[in-house]
Amino acid sequence: MSATRDYDNTIAAHLERSGVSRRDFVAFCGKLMVAAPFGLAITNVLDVEAVAAEVGAARRPSVIWLHMQECTGCTETLLRPVAPDLATLLFDVISLDYHETVMAASGSDAEAALNDAMKANDGKFVLVVEGSIPLKDNGQYLKIAGKWGVDRLNEVAAHAAAVIAIGSCASWGGVQSSGLNPTGATGVDQIIKSKPVVNIPGCPPNPYVLLGTVLQYAKTGTLPELDDQKRPKFAYDRVIHDHCPRRPHFDAGRFAKNFGDEGHRHGWCLYQLGCKGPVTHAPCSTRHFNDIVDAWPIGIGAPCFGCTEQGVGYTIALYETVPIQRPLGPDTYPAVYAEHKGVSPLATGVAGVVGGALVGAGILASKKFDNVGGDSETKE
Amino acid sequence: MDTDRRSLLKSLATAATMTVVSTPAIARERRKAPADAVALLYDGTKCVGCKACVVKCKETGGLPADVDGYGGGLYDAPEDLNESTRNIIKLVKDGEETAYVKRQCMHCVDPACVNACMMGALGKRQYGAVTWENNKCIGCRYCQVACPFGVPKFQWSKTSPRIVKCDLCVDRIAEGKQPACSEVCPRGAVIFGKRDALLQEAHRRIDEDPDLYVPKVYGETELGGTQVLYLSHVEFGKLGFRFSDDKPVPELQRSVQHGIYKGFVAPLALYGLLGAVMFRNRRSEDK
Amino acid sequence: MTTYAQHPPLLGTRDRLFTRPYTVLLFFAALGIALIAWRFYAGLGASTALTDGYPWGLWIAFDVVTGTALACGGYAMALLVYIFNKGKYHPLVRPAILTSALGYSIAGLSVMIDVGRPWLAWKLPIKVWTWNVNSVLLEVALCIMAYTVVLWIELSPAFFEKFKESGRPWLQSFSKKALKFFDKALIWIIALGMLLPTMHQSSLGSLMSLAGPRLHPLWNTGFLPLFYLITCLAMGYAIVVVESAFSATAFGRKTEIRLLNSLGTFAAYGTLLFVVLRFIDLALRGRLGLLARFDLAGSLFWIETILFTAPLIVLLMKKGNASLGTLLRAAMLVAVAGALYRFDTFLVAFDPGPGWHYFPSVTEQLITVGLVALELAAYVAIVKHFPILSGERND
Repeated sequence: MSATRDYDNTIAAHLERSGVSRRDFVAFCGKLMVAAPFGLAITNVLDVEAVAAEVGAARRPSVIWLHMQECTGCTETLLRPVAPDLATLLFDVISLDYHETVMAASGSDAEAALNDAMKANDGKFVLVVEGSIPLKDNGQYLKIAGKWGVDRLNEVAAHAAAVIAIGSCASWGGVQSSGLNPTGATGVDQIIKSKPVVNIPGCPPNPYVLLGTVLQYAKTGTLPELDDQKRPKFAYDRVIHDHCPRRPHFDAGRFAKNFGDEGHRHGWCLYQLGCKGPVTHAPCSTRHFNDIVDAWPIGIGAPCFGCTEQGVGYTIALYETVPIQRPLGPDTYPAVYAEHKGVSPLATGVAGVVGGALVGAGILASKKFDNVGGDSETKE
Repeated sequence: MDTDRRSLLKSLATAATMTVVSTPAIARERRKAPADAVALLYDGTKCVGCKACVVKCKETGGLPADVDGYGGGLYDAPEDLNESTRNIIKLVKDGEETAYVKRQCMHCVDPACVNACMMGALGKRQYGAVTWENNKCIGCRYCQVACPFGVPKFQWSKTSPRIVKCDLCVDRIAEGKQPACSEVCPRGAVIFGKRDALLQEAHRRIDEDPDLYVPKVYGETELGGTQVLYLSHVEFGKLGFRFSDDKPVPELQRSVQHGIYKGFVAPLALYGLLGAVMFRNRRSEDK
Repeated sequence: MTTYAQHPPLLGTRDRLFTRPYTVLLFFAALGIALIAWRFYAGLGASTALTDGYPWGLWIAFDVVTGTALACGGYAMALLVYIFNKGKYHPLVRPAILTSALGYSIAGLSVMIDVGRPWLAWKLPIKVWTWNVNSVLLEVALCIMAYTVVLWIELSPAFFEKFKESGRPWLQSFSKKALKFFDKALIWIIALGMLLPTMHQSSLGSLMSLAGPRLHPLWNTGFLPLFYLITCLAMGYAIVVVESAFSATAFGRKTEIRLLNSLGTFAAYGTLLFVVLRFIDLALRGRLGLLARFDLAGSLFWIETILFTAPLIVLLMKKGNASLGTLLRAAMLVAVAGALYRFDTFLVAFDPGPGWHYFPSVTEQLITVGLVALELAAYVAIVKHFPILSGERND
């Protein structure tokens, strides 16, 4: 009956119907504010109540989640926050219409569910892709429900409003693409060209980045500002090194040299143990995992290995140090005699030409007068 | 005609000798700090490099952040004093030894910049502070040539450029407040007061702790004396203070100029002489 | 006083103005003017290599300081002709005054381009009550302004001589009255035209001594005013030699080679005097030891010394009978030596501390070239239309 379709499909209403406490919802919004303090329209307000109002007024976005070549870590990161209520909360905030890991259905029932979800929200749902897509040998290394992975992706993406590639595998191929890349593992944005794609790399990435992006889309219909690798700027604009709690140790030259040594126990900088922080764009240093403070690699004393960054993660050896592109130290204090703008070689060249021309012209011109006056002529 | 040449050369020679002779006389009349002279005393041993003074100075002066390096360098981390930075903390590293040093205008007792400025835009004004007035400046930058500390900075990017430098917060002092930097310093590394009192305090600290401090208060007599005084545990040369001579910078030029032009006598005399010679030449021609 | 009756200047040269070389000059002048417009649009920071460490660069060191010294021909000739009463040099005076007038005008224009707020320049001569009488730059600026005016006044008889032959009766009578006025008053104007450069050319020297401990001791001395005065006179005579030789040949005249030989000799003795005094000054200040060091400063000092003494050696060897070619080379050496001395004082001897570097940007260089081209173009145009040059035609 059409009457049943008229019910309020906003997140706030749905949460109320599901019996989620307002306190838990506001706490969730608080975490969202921390995760995305800028760069998102929905968090560009002054306090958490305002965020709650913004999010609450959004219609529950329909999300279809496809799995390709993956370890399901990205899904796990969404489900593993400490507070079990939060997991529930997630599924009330977004309408997860298809997700192979958590859905109850299987087999042909699952496929029917996918087709129903695609039809019901045609052109409106957000497609989240987890895992890389093998392209070698016609994509035969991944077959789901009788179709190659790449074809499945293309089919579903054709009906989506936007595509989010969650995790490094979906963003750029991940661990399967390292080394010989025997399956031709590829990221989503190399395959899907006709729809807006957002990459949220990480192994696994932070769930709040995904949530922020999806909720922004639900509320405003726009995606957050992206960088040249299609990553949301609000999370990936800085390298870990520029936002690391151990940075003062780096600046002061205090390094852990071996696991378990005095420096390591003191929590000093892990650069010399191969930390890839200086070349890795990621939000991990401020948005930790599983809702546990300091639950991130450097926080527990393990050097960052660059899981988000193509060309770094699974590519550069774990204990190999990386060059630092930023101007070096003392980074935070100017030296007594600062180095200022240098001399332009072009200007020096021009001066040389002009000067040389003048001197040459002068000498040549004077030669013309050598036979005037002097011993060659008698005077009055 | 020989007499004319001789007299001309003589007046030139007189001018030259006058400069040599009058120099020692002028040295004896060195300027002193004014009676209401205030000062800042910066104790490098207390500074922790927190840069609260740098930030507060920018805020108080309404100066913009340094954003040139942003996107490839660091945000608002100026390398030196510049057109948007009037006060800066620098780090001195000498092997294992480190020190911080606060740099800004020294408000000299006999300022070279004031001597240089054609229209008096830069002047030593209330409380002995050296301040710059907008409507008198033509942007000739002679003050930048003159200052031995390299303090005045020019707004190279603006259409109507100003000179930017610390003004000792004279407006705040007039209201009974302290300069912004000394007010905000959490460790009392930079303090404000009357120059004489601060000199006394500085020497007291040296006497109390002779192993800690370099036994000199920089600014007491250097370059004629300044109204920003420094205590340090590191040699002042390493802090970027290049000169320790007591002679004020404008002294040589001023003695030469006064020697030649005192009372405008020499120019008028020369003019008269030139006119007289030409007049006589013409008359002997007409005969 | 020797009048022009004995050496009547010719009314222009009746040659075509827009020759090939002239068009080249105009091209560079136009380029310079376009870049000046750009300097005002983009600001000094974008168009020059000037920085807080080196606030004065090519435009001050060359265009103003060296340019005015090279424009001291009028001053040098006036001294010779009107004070030392050597009437035979009279024909060389007017072209020298023209070179000086143009040179100082271009130098003034360079100052307007270099300062940050040239539209406030009017305040300088008008707002007497704000003057800082201790400022050497004030004296330099006022003297240069006044001297530029005096030079054009000194030159105006040339214009009035042409205008009194013009078709317009009001111009004719005005010109005649002006010329009569000048006949009587010229002495006092010319005296001013010798007082003012004595004052400011020497003060240009003492400008840099305010850099105090930041000026290298090989150049920093209380005798800077005297040194700059001597070298500017030498450069003045040298430029008159260069300018006479080229004008005479370019506009088809016989060169007064004997006169030029004398001028060259004055210039050479001037430079010798300067070199000797300089060494005495170093000895008196106890700085001779610096000459043993062949760092940049020491080496440049020696180069200056060589450039200053070479012309004298050359000319003395020729015993006053040098060919025009030799004279020209000697004169150019003097000019280059004087220019190098000034560059060194303002840019090399000045040490703002580690970390600062300066070399003039391409824009600065092209503007300088353009202004010199403009000056040359104006010189040629005026010489071709007004009675400046005199002497016998060379046909």
